[in-house]
Amino acid sequence: MARHALRLGVLGYLLLLLGVPVGLVFYRTFQHGLQPAWAAVTTPEALHALRLTLLIAAIAVPANTLFGVVLALALVRHRLPGRGLVNAVVDLPLALSPVVVGLALFLLYGRGGWLGGLADRGLRILFALPGMVLATIFISLPFVVREVVPVLREIGTEQEQAAETLGASPLQTFRRITLPAIRWAIAYGVVLTTARSIGEFGAVSVVSGRIAGKTETLPLYVQSQYENFDPTGAFAGSVVLALIAVATVLALRFSRPREEV
Amino acid sequence: MRRIFLTFMPLAILAAGLVAGARAAVESATLTLVAYSTTKDAYAKIIPAFERTSAGKGVSFNQSYGASGDQARAVAAGLPADIVALSLAPDVNTLVGDGLVPANWDRNRHHGIVTDSVVVFVVRDGNPKHIQTWADLTRKGVQVITPNPFTSGGARWNVLAAYGAERALGKSDKQAISYLYRLFKNVPVQPKSAREATQVFASGKGDVLLTYENEAIYANKKGIRTVYVTPKHTILVEAPVALTKSGLKHPEAKAFLRFLWSSQAQKLFAETGYRPVVKSVGGPVGDRSTQSRGVFTIDSRRLGLRGWKSVEYRFFDHANGIMVKVEQSLGH
Amino acid sequence: MATSPALALRRPGTVAARGGGTLARGVALGYPSLVVLVPLAALAWSSRSGGLMGFWTEVTLPEAVAALKLTLFLSLLVSALNALSGTAIAWVLVRDSFPGKSLLDGVIDLPFALPTIVAGLVLLTLYGPNGPFGLNLAFTRAGIALALLFVTLPFVVRAVQPVLLELDREMEEAAESLGARPVATFRRIVLPNLVPAILSGVALAFARAVGEFGAVVLISGNLPFKTEIASVYIFGQIESGNERGAAAVSVVLLLLSLGVLLLIGAFRHWRTGHDG
Repeated sequence: MARHALRLGVLGYLLLLLGVPVGLVFYRTFQHGLQPAWAAVTTPEALHALRLTLLIAAIAVPANTLFGVVLALALVRHRLPGRGLVNAVVDLPLALSPVVVGLALFLLYGRGGWLGGLADRGLRILFALPGMVLATIFISLPFVVREVVPVLREIGTEQEQAAETLGASPLQTFRRITLPAIRWAIAYGVVLTTARSIGEFGAVSVVSGRIAGKTETLPLYVQSQYENFDPTGAFAGSVVLALIAVATVLALRFSRPREEV
Repeated sequence: MRRIFLTFMPLAILAAGLVAGARAAVESATLTLVAYSTTKDAYAKIIPAFERTSAGKGVSFNQSYGASGDQARAVAAGLPADIVALSLAPDVNTLVGDGLVPANWDRNRHHGIVTDSVVVFVVRDGNPKHIQTWADLTRKGVQVITPNPFTSGGARWNVLAAYGAERALGKSDKQAISYLYRLFKNVPVQPKSAREATQVFASGKGDVLLTYENEAIYANKKGIRTVYVTPKHTILVEAPVALTKSGLKHPEAKAFLRFLWSSQAQKLFAETGYRPVVKSVGGPVGDRSTQSRGVFTIDSRRLGLRGWKSVEYRFFDHANGIMVKVEQSLGH
Repeated sequence: MATSPALALRRPGTVAARGGGTLARGVALGYPSLVVLVPLAALAWSSRSGGLMGFWTEVTLPEAVAALKLTLFLSLLVSALNALSGTAIAWVLVRDSFPGKSLLDGVIDLPFALPTIVAGLVLLTLYGPNGPFGLNLAFTRAGIALALLFVTLPFVVRAVQPVLLELDREMEEAAESLGARPVATFRRIVLPNLVPAILSGVALAFARAVGEFGAVVLISGNLPFKTEIASVYIFGQIESGNERGAAAVSVVLLLLSLGVLLLIGAFRHWRTGHDG
């Protein structure tokens, strides 16, 4: 029957494309036992890479969430001049290669760049945490905005208007009426942003300088271990990232605001 | 349930991030070493040895490893560095041009060169394709792995070794250059850096890898089943090290540099497969004084190699270099 | 969202326009500008140093052109494949039922959540020279396509799923009761409703594929003219210090992908009569 054929086809495709590769990560990591894998993932370099990755996400995600919500409100609720342009700019990170993002930041903050003088004044952007955070914010900018905007449009302004006629201040209106309505959209956006921030590789690759123990994120660490013939280390780091990815996927399922599956 | 999970996850990340951020490391003298990819193993031994000396007490190191050109560019763009250890002198000289490294960096006994090596052929266990000479590399069906000369210092050494070897065999300049065309026709893959090239070869691609001798030794150490053949004619790979202007401000950095030329450090370099530049520190593969006669250098004028300045432009200029034309000839 | 005449006099916009509104507008304009526009402006600026001639030279270098062509070709191919496979997967996830379907649905998001370098490492290990299947796609264009298929998997699926879910099945049932075969029903009735969503997903997949770096950089082999895609070429140019060239090709890449996105958007607009 066509249905079974389709089902098998789809399952086979997903198995080969997703299932086997991801299963392989776990297999290769624990191939030589639990101990070597644990040792590989608890070296100072690996631990620092993990902490750095989480730290960057801890800065980028709240920033993009806060500004994302404000942006969404401004786009939908207020008369924003050049709204189309702002929309396009917000969506731009989705169309850009991460390498290009890294290059743009590199040109801006590097020696000879417009803001290159900051480094001479002691404010190091490139090859330090701020540059990596900026790259990550850039890359993960769109998600909260894109999730919140359609919901804001959909719920309309009736309730907010009603609240204001009843004398509520804009802040109260926001807190009591708008925010509860968009909170699942925000949650979904936050999860997407977090996933993107933790997994970022290309842009951070260009701006980080890979100082082991200082500016090496976990994805960069995975690459460097692979390059140094430490497959266990590379795969162990990959497993940690894969576990975070799985947690993200679960969070996505729980927070998907629309349908039941 | 949803709510709990969703509040938990961002909070967990936030908490982890705050803990990470709060751990401000307090260090005394901290030096930053920016080095090329294949030296990581060596410095993993040398730095602790230095820290055990009286000059190195209390000194800690930040280290960054990557493709030589990549690292040079990063330092030029502002990557903090006190000591740069790159794979070829031109990379250091670009930093001189940028005002980051003093122009007299190579005015010492060793001309700024801290280790030697040679270009070798790494082949599969047992050398099934019987690769011994440069001529073998251009045989039909032989696949050669070398990094991309425009991103990797190691690849430049490979190209010049090939060119010089042909000249040493009596070929003319034109013939040697046409050899390069033939050689690169057999190159299926050009990874970004020397280390990555080793990785590619180790994962099964290619019949022969052109790389540094120390890299071949490293691969063996890591359990990659290969052997290496040192061709009769090959180039002496001289890897420089220099203090940056910011490094000059730290007496510890100067002490570290001096340490690199001590017999202790040179012995450690030798242990990781380099040829020491200090006579009398013999290593498993010998030292500068025991160079075989077939080993030439970047300054071997009679072979058409007139030092880095001319070679850089002639072979590797990004618009007009010989290698640009070679790469173009490969694109059908 | 029509406002009654009474309320029209007190649009929320007027109240919030002071204070909060200005702040919101300031942020709305300032944040993306600072984070996105200014660096991109620096990029565009760098690409113009050397004048128009310099820019033209950089983007017409044979290696750059080859990289751009390969990127476009593979991205279009992969996006087209995704249109097919993504729709099929969405169909199975919505209309079919079998044990473990829920798990499968979750798994679809994995490529999005997984760091690209991990995806690349894993694909290389699996489909590379030492892979367990004996299938060696490393350093081939097929390998790149595979990596791109991996990272773009979720986009069409997630775009089509909600539409399929909300689709009113009356017409399909009517068609079937009139004797139409399932394939015809799908083609004539279901598919037209899905096309805007498919195109949305394709646009996202295309945009992602064009810029992909981490998943491809390990498996591609960096062979100029053969397996070098634009993002890897740009990275290489950054590394060899040719920032101007990297910036120039980046600008072209951006324009090309924006061009395709506009085309897709226009096509959707034409098909559906609105900006979905």
